[in-house]
Amino acid sequence: MADFDEELDASGLNCPLPILRAKKALTGMEAGKVLHIIATDPGSVKDFEAFAKQTGNELMESSEEGGKFHFLMKKT
Amino acid sequence: MEQKKLAIIATKGTLDWAYPPFILASTAAALGYEVQVFSTFYGLQLLKKDVSGLKVSPLGNPGMPMKMPFGPQWFKDINWNIPNIIQANVPGYESLATVLMKQTIANNGVASIAELRELCQEAEVKFIACQMTVELFGFDHSDFIDGIEYAGAAAFFEFAGESDICMYI
Repeated sequence: MADFDEELDASGLNCPLPILRAKKALTGMEAGKVLHIIATDPGSVKDFEAFAKQTGNELMESSEEGGKFHFLMKKT
Repeated sequence: MEQKKLAIIATKGTLDWAYPPFILASTAAALGYEVQVFSTFYGLQLLKKDVSGLKVSPLGNPGMPMKMPFGPQWFKDINWNIPNIIQANVPGYESLATVLMKQTIANNGVASIAELRELCQEAEVKFIACQMTVELFGFDHSDFIDGIEYAGAAAFFEFAGESDICMYI
């Protein structure tokens, strides 16, 4: 996995909390910085794609490992 | 790009139906939408200072599974088919169903209504209470959370008419 600057563990949280927490974390970050999000909600895969498309932030990576979903989101 | 707008009319005052307006409003705000929620009739319950009293009623709601949020998995998997006549006549049935629903919500990592509403307010979702129904039900402005507005149908259309998405819940 590529480098990241901040991490958000949204494990155990369900829709829409992972998105809302990610939005909050990104708001406090500078442009160009990368947020690593960990989630267990299977719906978050499509949701983070849609979030990136609609907010203009870049979803650099989306993967699954051992029942956890990992996302790298670069703030633009 | 101009900011998108979401207008919601919230008309239901039960625990289950409190979720859609708050989930959609908070998510839209996170996506950069300007959001207004117009609460009318039973939807006013969503703006009360204390929302811990919201209940869910399984009575006359055949779509609602009745499962226990505790015990071994085989027990949790049982769908208790309780006849309407019992649901309607056993005192406290609705309160019991509400307690079980709240436990299920917590078990699944789903936010509470109070938490979602707070997130909406942080994200500057604008809440408008229908002044006519506030009076109709004998409520007072002091019953409701701070930072909301009181207005009527014309005020709703001013925003809804320019909205990209408008929904009635």
